[in-house]
Amino acid sequence: MARKRVTPVTAFDPALLRGAAIDAIKKLDLRRQIENPVMFSVEIGGILTTLSYLYGLFVYPGETALFTALVSAWLWLTVLFSNFAEALAEGRGKARAASLRRSRTAMTARKVNSAQFSAPFEEISSSDLKPGDLVLVRSGDLVPGDGDVIAGAALINEAAITGESAPVVRESGGDRSAVTGGTTVIANEIIIRITAEPGKTFLDSMILMIEGAKRRKTPNEQALELLLFALTGVFLLVVATIWPVSAYSSSVSGSGSPAGLPVLVALFVCLAPTTIAALLPAIGIAGMDRLFQRNIIAMSGRAIEAAGDVNVLLLDKTGTITLGNRQAAAFIPVDGVNEDELVKAAYIASFADDTPEGKSVVALASGQISPLPGIPEQAAFIPFSAQTRISGVDLNGASYRKGAYDAIVREVTSRGGFVPPDIDTKVTRIAQTGGTPLVVSRDWNVLGVVHLKDILKTGVRERFFDLRRMGIRTIMITGDNRLTAAAIAAEAGVDDFLAEAKPDDKLRLIRTYQEEGYMVAMTGDGTNDAPALAQADVAVAMNNGTQPAREAANIIDLDSDPTKLIEVVEIGKQILMTRGALTTFSIANDVAKYFAIIPAAFVAIYPQLAVLNVMALSSPETAILSAVIFNALIIPLLIPLALRGVQFRPMPAGRLFTYNLVIFGLGGIVAPFLGIKAIDLLLSAVTAL
Amino acid sequence: MPVSDPISDLVGLAAFIIIITGAAFLAGRYVAAVFGGNIHLPFLVRMENSLYRFLGTSPENEETWKGYARDMLLFNAIGFCVLFFILLAQGFLPANPQHFPGFSAVHALNIAISFVTNTNWQVYSGEAAASYLTQVAGLTVQNFLSAATGLCIAIALMRGLTRELTGTVGNFWVDMTRAILYILFPLAVIASVVLLSQGVIQNFDPSFTMAGYGGAAPQTIATGPVSSQEAIKLLGTNGGGFFNANSAHPFENPTPFSNIFEVFLILLIPAALPFTFGRMSGNMRQGWAIFAAMLILFVAAFGVLYAAELGGNPVLTSLDVPGISMEGKEVRFGLTGTVLFSTSTTAVACGAVNAMFDSFTPIGGLVPMFLILLGEVVYGGIGSGFATMIAFIVIAVFIAGLMIGRTPEYLSKKIGIFEMKMALIVILVPGILVLVFTGIALVTKGGTAGIFNPGPHGLSEIVYAFASMANNNGSAFAGLNAAATFYSLSGVIIMAIGRFIPAVAILALAGSVAEKKAVPSGQGTLPTATITFVLWLIAVILIIGALTFFPLFAMGPLAEQLALAGGF
Repeated sequence: MARKRVTPVTAFDPALLRGAAIDAIKKLDLRRQIENPVMFSVEIGGILTTLSYLYGLFVYPGETALFTALVSAWLWLTVLFSNFAEALAEGRGKARAASLRRSRTAMTARKVNSAQFSAPFEEISSSDLKPGDLVLVRSGDLVPGDGDVIAGAALINEAAITGESAPVVRESGGDRSAVTGGTTVIANEIIIRITAEPGKTFLDSMILMIEGAKRRKTPNEQALELLLFALTGVFLLVVATIWPVSAYSSSVSGSGSPAGLPVLVALFVCLAPTTIAALLPAIGIAGMDRLFQRNIIAMSGRAIEAAGDVNVLLLDKTGTITLGNRQAAAFIPVDGVNEDELVKAAYIASFADDTPEGKSVVALASGQISPLPGIPEQAAFIPFSAQTRISGVDLNGASYRKGAYDAIVREVTSRGGFVPPDIDTKVTRIAQTGGTPLVVSRDWNVLGVVHLKDILKTGVRERFFDLRRMGIRTIMITGDNRLTAAAIAAEAGVDDFLAEAKPDDKLRLIRTYQEEGYMVAMTGDGTNDAPALAQADVAVAMNNGTQPAREAANIIDLDSDPTKLIEVVEIGKQILMTRGALTTFSIANDVAKYFAIIPAAFVAIYPQLAVLNVMALSSPETAILSAVIFNALIIPLLIPLALRGVQFRPMPAGRLFTYNLVIFGLGGIVAPFLGIKAIDLLLSAVTAL
Repeated sequence: MPVSDPISDLVGLAAFIIIITGAAFLAGRYVAAVFGGNIHLPFLVRMENSLYRFLGTSPENEETWKGYARDMLLFNAIGFCVLFFILLAQGFLPANPQHFPGFSAVHALNIAISFVTNTNWQVYSGEAAASYLTQVAGLTVQNFLSAATGLCIAIALMRGLTRELTGTVGNFWVDMTRAILYILFPLAVIASVVLLSQGVIQNFDPSFTMAGYGGAAPQTIATGPVSSQEAIKLLGTNGGGFFNANSAHPFENPTPFSNIFEVFLILLIPAALPFTFGRMSGNMRQGWAIFAAMLILFVAAFGVLYAAELGGNPVLTSLDVPGISMEGKEVRFGLTGTVLFSTSTTAVACGAVNAMFDSFTPIGGLVPMFLILLGEVVYGGIGSGFATMIAFIVIAVFIAGLMIGRTPEYLSKKIGIFEMKMALIVILVPGILVLVFTGIALVTKGGTAGIFNPGPHGLSEIVYAFASMANNNGSAFAGLNAAATFYSLSGVIIMAIGRFIPAVAILALAGSVAEKKAVPSGQGTLPTATITFVLWLIAVILIIGALTFFPLFAMGPLAEQLALAGGF
């Protein structure tokens, strides 16, 4: 299927950057800034130093207060960089939300009283529709609201929601009955029953989620904020204590003076975990956005966070682990029959069969024999029926049949044909390896078996291997019998499987795992999946699924691709990892900042403290400024990492921890030493001029 | 000129560590058995059961964390009132051969809080102010009770961490009874006998006067029931000495062997608790990991202190008096005995001293201060040290958990926002007290008036005093007029807050994790019994400690040391 996507917008699109820059300034409003307490305190620091600069201008007009001015300027920049990061992360979502909003404009809907296409309708505004109303939607119309098709079938373009331009079929009954407001009917007409209040449709909640308007802080985000807040409070206290300490010390030593306001504020801002606090909102928003780029809508941030914790994945066999249909893999003749003879018979028997299995037999046979036997027009096609479970072709008086083992054997024996003794073992062997045997006969004599086989999707084995290394159990759910299920499970490398599964088995399995404390993720689309979806910790519904399934889920996959569950888990982990990595980095940075600022602030009081100036920074002023500048600049430098997320590596937790600790912990200690030194060199070069 | 041989000192240290590790391992298992209700010593078991009948409780009658905390506070409040009364009224009470008058209200308040909170900060000189009744029935009793309180809190926390889906963390009265009857009391009896054998005294005689040595003036020799108090002073990480000179006094700590034995007593129970935890959680590796983190910090502190004191005072060296400065140290213990005792008493929140930190080199003095300011987690005060370590582990697993992409968990328990709050309270409250009161002391007359050595050294003295009180250590740097009203009263507030707010937070943490469901662990779970995690835990402890107090260290001990070295 050809896929046309909305052109992806990169985070660093010039228009987005401009918008984010403007937003960054708007966010300076203290009432908005308070949502991020750490940056709020930095802004207060900026205000204080600016006031002290202005006070100095008026009271001591002759003195230059360049140092105070520069510290103030960089403090403002620190806040702006933080706001910019958040605004930039929101930018992409906002752009997409704006386009979604356009398809939400009020339209007229044809309200009918009964599910008859001929019923009279009245035209009302779509914003007046109530759940339970019946609406007639004709070719070329926008669907006025979320609902279920109760009559008819139509081809619908869902590009407004999914970005996917290939139309899909929606019809009454079954699992393909849900329609979404804002999509367009391009052929036929349908009657739908409205299921959502105006303003609470899927489109509305999607817009809210993408815009971040509905974004509530997740429990983990709150806990991390608490830690950052506590650290900020302690550092505020540390800095507050420095004033009496320096006042006492300078009065005793008789030299130097108590640390001034700009120095104290600078030290505070450098110590406070500004790097992570500045990027924290951006990390969450960007994570949602990364999901969105993959056409996955999370209905809450909590769901993504839970995805990072998932340790059991329930995966439907068909569509997730295997391709939708079984395919012919081998021809096995019975003793005394030439393989070519079997292949030819199978080819003819399947020639007119356009089921996927039939097509795969033709495809496999075409590769094995040449020339292919010609099939004349007058051949009579015997289609598959549920009673006979046999299909085939009558050609030139000969009958070619293929079908289930017992069905063919019954048919052949009743017509007095020959059933070779070795067919039984051959059929059993195929069944034991998880395959499906398809027995072929010609003129009521059994020639052999076609081995039909589930074909694994490419790369699933490797994926499951990675998941296992990450500590996630994969469980395959299938309606197949145990034997078949076991064979496929072994081939795919899943940890466990549930065979002959009925819909409520899923629910029971989820409950069992949850009682043991596991976090369970699953995908589903049918109405009978809804209870299980509601029970699962992470529930991904396919967009082409039914309305109850979509409502029970907390994540919707617009592409309706069940394998994406794995990506959801990875992105969930990535968000947490990025938070952890930047927190570690931020705190580790403080070591170097202390070595920059403490000697600078106190060297006038105790000259011997110059020894602590391990970076050999050129002067107290440049030392403090360098630390403040580094502290500010590191924020925009890390924006790409915050938006992209720390690279995810599937490996056991212990190794992953060591790996990230070395990069972000040790890196966090070393980087600022280098950075501050470099900025200091630059500053002293500039002042020398 | 005293000399020290680093090689033989190191061998000695290694041997000591092996012994203490082995003893702690065994003691840890024993403690777990006691609180599991599996130890019933003859005679004592009858006393245990009649106590339960008297209190109207039983081991089956478990409490929620709130009930446990309420009983703990109530019990300590009663203990405080009794001790406060004895201190005020000792002049009218028996067993007072020296006819000491009652303490002033301010000092009685300070001493009572100090002993109830296991701080044992002393604003008085035992031999010159406290009657034998005060020493035995007041202070020694509180030595047992405050230590047992700490132990109970740690045990409640261990239960919380190792249980699931339950609202209860144990019964405070039962834990208290068992802690005293089966752990502190028997160990104290044995330890007293060993100390007696070394020459520690035990009598109820009044002080007597002897002719001075050589031509010196006659000298008053104080005596009393020392040994009974000495044992629990160390075992219970109390540290309040019978004599003002504490374990430097020959009647408290007569021989090099008694010195090592006293260090052993200080470390024994705090070092045992990680193993108790390993035992209770059925995950001994976890116990070893916590023990290892503590041991690494301990050895590092020992090394720095040893090296600093071995180098001696640079000013004296420049005056051609090289070597170890023995001023403030006891010659009979030598350098190693002093350093080992000093490291242990401040690593563990004991506070007994056998040397005066005020006389150490500035860096040497920084080590005890730093150990206290880390929150007393290097073994730490009995119970409270382990609990604070768990609080640090909560913070460490929180950040580490994020780094591996999981919401954090420790020993299969999810760490949520409530646990973070409680852990932060446990860790930050003592530090905040130190910062706030240091600031206040430096800008008030009452604060600066008590400083005997203005300058960086004076700052160290103040910081040390508040650190010692806030973390319930009780040792003093000396050189500060701790008896002044400013320090006495601020001390009351600091010691009470520093003890009970974290204690309640720990119980809340215990209650909260006890209710949680255990999450099955696997490849995706952060392993917390690995070298990486131990190093990470140490880094978190050091960084939080260092970042909070670095400015104070710079302006105090560092400035002083650099001044000595640079001849400023």
